[in-house]
This record gives sequence, structure tokens and C-alpha cells, in this order.
Amino acid sequence: MKNTVELKFKAIAANIPFARNALASFILPLNPSVDELQDMKTAVNEAITNVIVHAYPETTGHVTMKITTKENVVSISVIDNGVGIQDIERALTPFYTSKPDEERSGMGFTVMEGFMDKIEVKNNKDGLIVNMIKEIASTGC
Amino acid sequence: MQIKSRIVNKTLYILLSGELDEYTVPKVREDLDRLMETERGFMQIVLDFSELTFMDSLGVGVLIGRYKKMRQMNKPIFITNPSRVAEKIFKMSGLYDIMPKIV
Repeated sequence: MKNTVELKFKAIAANIPFARNALASFILPLNPSVDELQDMKTAVNEAITNVIVHAYPETTGHVTMKITTKENVVSISVIDNGVGIQDIERALTPFYTSKPDEERSGMGFTVMEGFMDKIEVKNNKDGLIVNMIKEIASTGC
Repeated sequence: MQIKSRIVNKTLYILLSGELDEYTVPKVREDLDRLMETERGFMQIVLDFSELTFMDSLGVGVLIGRYKKMRQMNKPIFITNPSRVAEKIFKMSGLYDIMPKIV
């Protein structure tokens, strides 16, 4: 059965724990393992942190997290209406950060790629959209 | 997010508890810097991740920042008990090259 939830919230750091815990609650019926759950929470945390840090340099905007589950596949989209990324290929390069003086590791997209099966980053008509997919392989533990 | 510390045999042991993310990181940086700058009588640091329940790549940035400060004082930092996720991120980033993992 296909199921979907869409959450829109203010792009501030205080909402990050809510977002990753909401993700965990929604996908729990798929019976993921603890490791799979942690992987997805980490990836979505990276995507939302990126929005908070980069998308709205002059103001505070919103972030939308859309989660779809179908059979054992989890699809997550993190969408903002911010400034987007001029050079996506460069942003995806490990260790690249546009804010080196802020102790940023430049590992955000690398972690998303490492913890999910597939990620896609593209500029939206206004803002950025990050799509991530992970197949639940286990039957829980 | 809580940080506890003790010095044993000239080693500053720092135990990180809770969730390290964009929300909690300012206080973590502040607490770690205060500890590393005010504690006396230690020659090295061991960061214990056994009670850290969440961490993303931000943790790497925090650790590299502390490494740069301690390198000036010739005090090495070691990592112990990382979670599976932390271990994966540390390996991806090559962090263990500058902060070795100890058992």
C-alpha cells in the first residue's frame, strides 16, 4: 500500500529533531532495522540542515519534507523555496563547502549518498529539491 | 546534549551524551573549547562517543575544529566507542587519519 505524508515547517535548527523523529514514526510500520532507521534519519537530517544553513541567507523560510512509502521502498523529498545551488556538481563533491570558516565538513551530500540507495539534487522552479530513496531490506531486528 | 569530563593519568576523558546536530552544536563547541582551554594537567584527549545517540556530518566539522586548536598545543585527540553511524561518517571523512580510534 502506498502512503504519503507531507510536513512543512520553519527552517530553523530547533525543528531538526522533530523532522527526523517524524520520519522515524512514519516509516516504522515498514519494520525497518535500527540501522536502516538510523541511516534514513541521518540522511534527512543532512538535507534539512543544508536548507537551514544555505537556502535562506537573508531571511528564514520553510522546508517541506515529503515521505512516501510503497511496499518496502521509502522515498523522501526535502524541498525549499530558497536560493538554490548554482553549481550542483561542485556542491556534491566530497569536502566542498561554501562556508569553510564555519567548521562545515562539506560531507552533507556524501553522507546522504552513503546512507541512502539513491539521491538526486536539482534546482526547483524556486529553491532546491533533494530526492532520496531507500529500500528496506530487512524485516526488522 | 551533555558533556562530562575527568582527567586520569594525564588524559582528559570527555564523554558526549545525547544528540549532536545543528541545534545543539553551538553549545557543544563552547563546552569543548572551555574544557580544553581551562583544564590543566593533561597531555592528550579521549573523546568517548558511547552515549551519543545521534550525529551527522556536522560532528566531523566540530572535531576538526577542536583538532586544529589542540594541535597548536601538541595535544593529540583520540576517539573511542563511536556508534555505527558515527563510525561510517568518520571513515568516509578520513577523520581517523588525524584522530585515531582507540579501543
